[in-house]
Amino acid sequence: MEIKSPAFKENARIALHDVNLQKALGNLKAGFPVKRSTAVARMPEFDQLRDEGTALKNHILENLDIYLEQFEANVIKNGGHVHWCRTPDDACKKILEICKEVDAKTVTKGKSMVSEEINLNDYLEKNGVEPIETDLGEYILQLRGDHPSHIIAPAIHLNLEDVSEIFHEKHNRPKSSDPAVLMQEAREMLREKFAGADVGITGANFLVAETGSTIIVTNEGNGDLTQTLPKTHIVVTSIEKVVPTLEDMTLFLRLLARSATGQEFTVYNTLSTGPRRAEDQDGPENFHVVLVDNGRSEMVGTEFQDMLRCIRCSACMNHCPVYGAVGGHSYGWVYPGPMGSVLTPQMVGIENAGLLPNASTFCGKCESVCPVRIPLPKLMRHWREDEFAKHLSPKAVRWGIGGWAFFAKRPALYRLLAVSSNLFLRLMAGKKGRIKKIPMAGGWTDWRDMPAPSGKTFMSQYKSRKQS
Amino acid sequence: MLASEKPIQVGLFVTCLVDMFRPSIGFATIKLLENAGCNVTVPEAQTCCGQPAFNSGDKKTTQDIARQTITAFDGFEYVVGPSGSCIGMLHQYVDLFDDTDPWKARAEDLRNRAFEITSFLVDVIDFDSMLASYEGNVTYHDSCAGLRELGVKQQPRKLLANVANLSLTEMEDAETCCGFGGTFCVKYPEISNRMVENKSANVQVSGATTLLGGDLGCLLNMAGKLKRQGHKIETRHIVEVLAGMTDEPAIGDSAYELGQPA
Amino acid sequence: MSKAEILGNIRRGLKRGEASEEQKQAVLNRINQHARNLIPQRSQLSHAGQIELFIAMATEAAAELFQLNSITEVPQICATWLKDHHIDTLVTASDEAILGLDWDSAAELTCVQRVAQVGDSASLTTSFAGIAETGTLMLHSGKDSPTTLNFLPDNHFVILNRSDIVGPYEDAWQKLRDKTQGELPRTVNMITGPSRSADIEQTLQMGAHGPKDLIILLIND
Ligand code: SF4
Repeated sequence: MEIKSPAFKENARIALHDVNLQKALGNLKAGFPVKRSTAVARMPEFDQLRDEGTALKNHILENLDIYLEQFEANVIKNGGHVHWCRTPDDACKKILEICKEVDAKTVTKGKSMVSEEINLNDYLEKNGVEPIETDLGEYILQLRGDHPSHIIAPAIHLNLEDVSEIFHEKHNRPKSSDPAVLMQEAREMLREKFAGADVGITGANFLVAETGSTIIVTNEGNGDLTQTLPKTHIVVTSIEKVVPTLEDMTLFLRLLARSATGQEFTVYNTLSTGPRRAEDQDGPENFHVVLVDNGRSEMVGTEFQDMLRCIRCSACMNHCPVYGAVGGHSYGWVYPGPMGSVLTPQMVGIENAGLLPNASTFCGKCESVCPVRIPLPKLMRHWREDEFAKHLSPKAVRWGIGGWAFFAKRPALYRLLAVSSNLFLRLMAGKKGRIKKIPMAGGWTDWRDMPAPSGKTFMSQYKSRKQS
Repeated sequence: MLASEKPIQVGLFVTCLVDMFRPSIGFATIKLLENAGCNVTVPEAQTCCGQPAFNSGDKKTTQDIARQTITAFDGFEYVVGPSGSCIGMLHQYVDLFDDTDPWKARAEDLRNRAFEITSFLVDVIDFDSMLASYEGNVTYHDSCAGLRELGVKQQPRKLLANVANLSLTEMEDAETCCGFGGTFCVKYPEISNRMVENKSANVQVSGATTLLGGDLGCLLNMAGKLKRQGHKIETRHIVEVLAGMTDEPAIGDSAYELGQPA
Repeated sequence: MSKAEILGNIRRGLKRGEASEEQKQAVLNRINQHARNLIPQRSQLSHAGQIELFIAMATEAAAELFQLNSITEVPQICATWLKDHHIDTLVTASDEAILGLDWDSAAELTCVQRVAQVGDSASLTTSFAGIAETGTLMLHSGKDSPTTLNFLPDNHFVILNRSDIVGPYEDAWQKLRDKTQGELPRTVNMITGPSRSADIEQTLQMGAHGPKDLIILLIND
């Protein structure tokens, strides 16, 4: 996927003026956050579960190599294959190779953000394999040549009308604006595809070291049809998703459903362990796990290690006022919102994605809802430090901070600066209590008035009061 | 507190915005603290908490300012300020120094002594005899840092409940960021604007005639928006109301004349 | 190649080389203990309480649920339901419990035992456990229980014995380990209500790709 993160500001400006997008984003706010808080209120132990989940993830990361090798050994023991892929390119090549081995023409796909991350669809298409997205949201996007703008509700930026139009155009059916009819249409269209596909590709929410199982969590059931009907099941996933046991997986499932959609439990939680057994009547004959790294292993032991706890629940973006204002596409790559502002610089380079960790007020809402207590603001600040250290921050910022710091470190001079700025602003305001326009401060005064100082600085008033 | 007890020694962390834009907040804070039996000092050597540098990724400058602030407030029993954001920053000094650095311990010591004003009054000295009166229907914006870093939520409400004639109506999304975010509001002005527009809409829907909060940065942002939109709603810092110092025009409202101290 | 690099990076980050035997053994021990994390109070009830909770939670998740006094009532209830929905064929699993049913009372109904195919309207399977905490069914693949029956047909009937209801998920895992000697079947499905999606304008619609109706037949065994 093309990286559009450097254009974040332009993207955001366009998004803020896009009436349809703003309407669609309105649905988000009334949906996920409200449902999450209801679900959390029904689970009195929720915060304890978060603590345990956080500690468990930390334990896993401290032993990540051991757990991964254990997982691999158990996949192999069950007759499956594990492919370790350092880069997106390695992963795409490996997946294509598996497809070619079974002479695949079409592959069905369950929703997988890792496959977006490695840009798998484009790669397969270029190489003569047709990928078919089966998650309803992803299916709509694929028909439109569009990309997900959210990690669990990929088509959240679209309205009913958009879906209605594209279905009408691509399905050759009368136009309907009844969501139930549209969904039925997609169901019918995809039924044959499920049965006809040679390979099914899914993601995984967790990898269980104990059993060598992968698990997917969906509400639609598309992931199950994707992995059960074709001869070959490929799981595209990433290294931080391993957990020790079924019990440990269960802890995260409890957290995931409530944090993500506010459900008590997701409709389908499906564990896949190896290929079908000799006595089974259905299921895939081949089982491959493609383990993608793409920069994750380099985060271990750094200040960004905490980010590897992420279970991709989307709570951080659902509650983020910036995401809520500009939507996911503004972020310009695969992962939007606060988690994306931390991950994207790691995966595409801080020089491309520096605007993302800066686009936060550090309001802390994301951290307050994150089920595994990732200190997202702190991690975004680490990126700013990285930028600053590499001299990537804009000159204006560096000089501004430098000039300001000169005074801030010298209290007496600072007083003088405060007094003169205070006077300057009061002069500008005249008899009014506020200023309509300040040169060089258009960022403020283009949108709001600047309240004027209500008198001399505190320090000077305090001094004269003390003296009198 | 009992008359026989020694007064509590408090160092006031003024904050640069209060110093520059609204000194009355500083004086109201002093009044509240003195009424509560504290002896208040304003150390000369303080400037800013360092947040602009911290949030711009300039760790070295932040450390310099942290050392300066720690030194300036040495020896006070408590350090109190009228801002959750700046006091929250003082708490974060701890993360600036390695475990082996002696400044780390001093930063920890400062953190244990530093409080946002409403939290100090309620959580530390359990003071609520405000004796203030405010005619009006107010709504309260929970500024992010105070709320999420320092747990300031019930304290201001508890104190406002003791102000005569005041009624509080909660607005929708009181805990949602107003879009100020320090330099964020000028680096990403359009996004910031959308956030403050949402806030202003919620303030209006609440029907309140006064908007209160505990952080001047957010208050300047929200007052600036309300005024630009032509609303009559007044914006004030909570301490002005608690200290009964509401004679001065509200934020962005004054008909102040140059040369006359407020 | 990639594997060595990835593991190398991780170990460098952890500031150690390959883990020592002790470290590996500690991890293995942790795995083998199957230690439970915090289990919410909600399902820690008497068995009767767990059954009640299961019914409430499954119903909340939009499953239909019938309580039957005996498994022998299954054919009749399926026949009635399917007749109401104008369906005349039922594809079933072939485990003993289902094969033992007498379908004479459901004469208009055609019953076949096979894997599911595109176009099937209804299926009948048993389930391995019911999890009270969230009204979740646990099913697994095996020689007589093809997984496609759980997903492809439009309507899915599931037989669940009251005695197979447990409180939390953890009890179901233990039950499964006991039954399979720790070797997991190819597929284990946890199913909570019928298929759904909110991908169109965040409005919930039932029946996305999986069954549109999930009908639980709760047997008083
Ligand atoms: S960062 Fe936390 S809240 Fe955001 S997706 Fe990951 S786990 Fe969920």
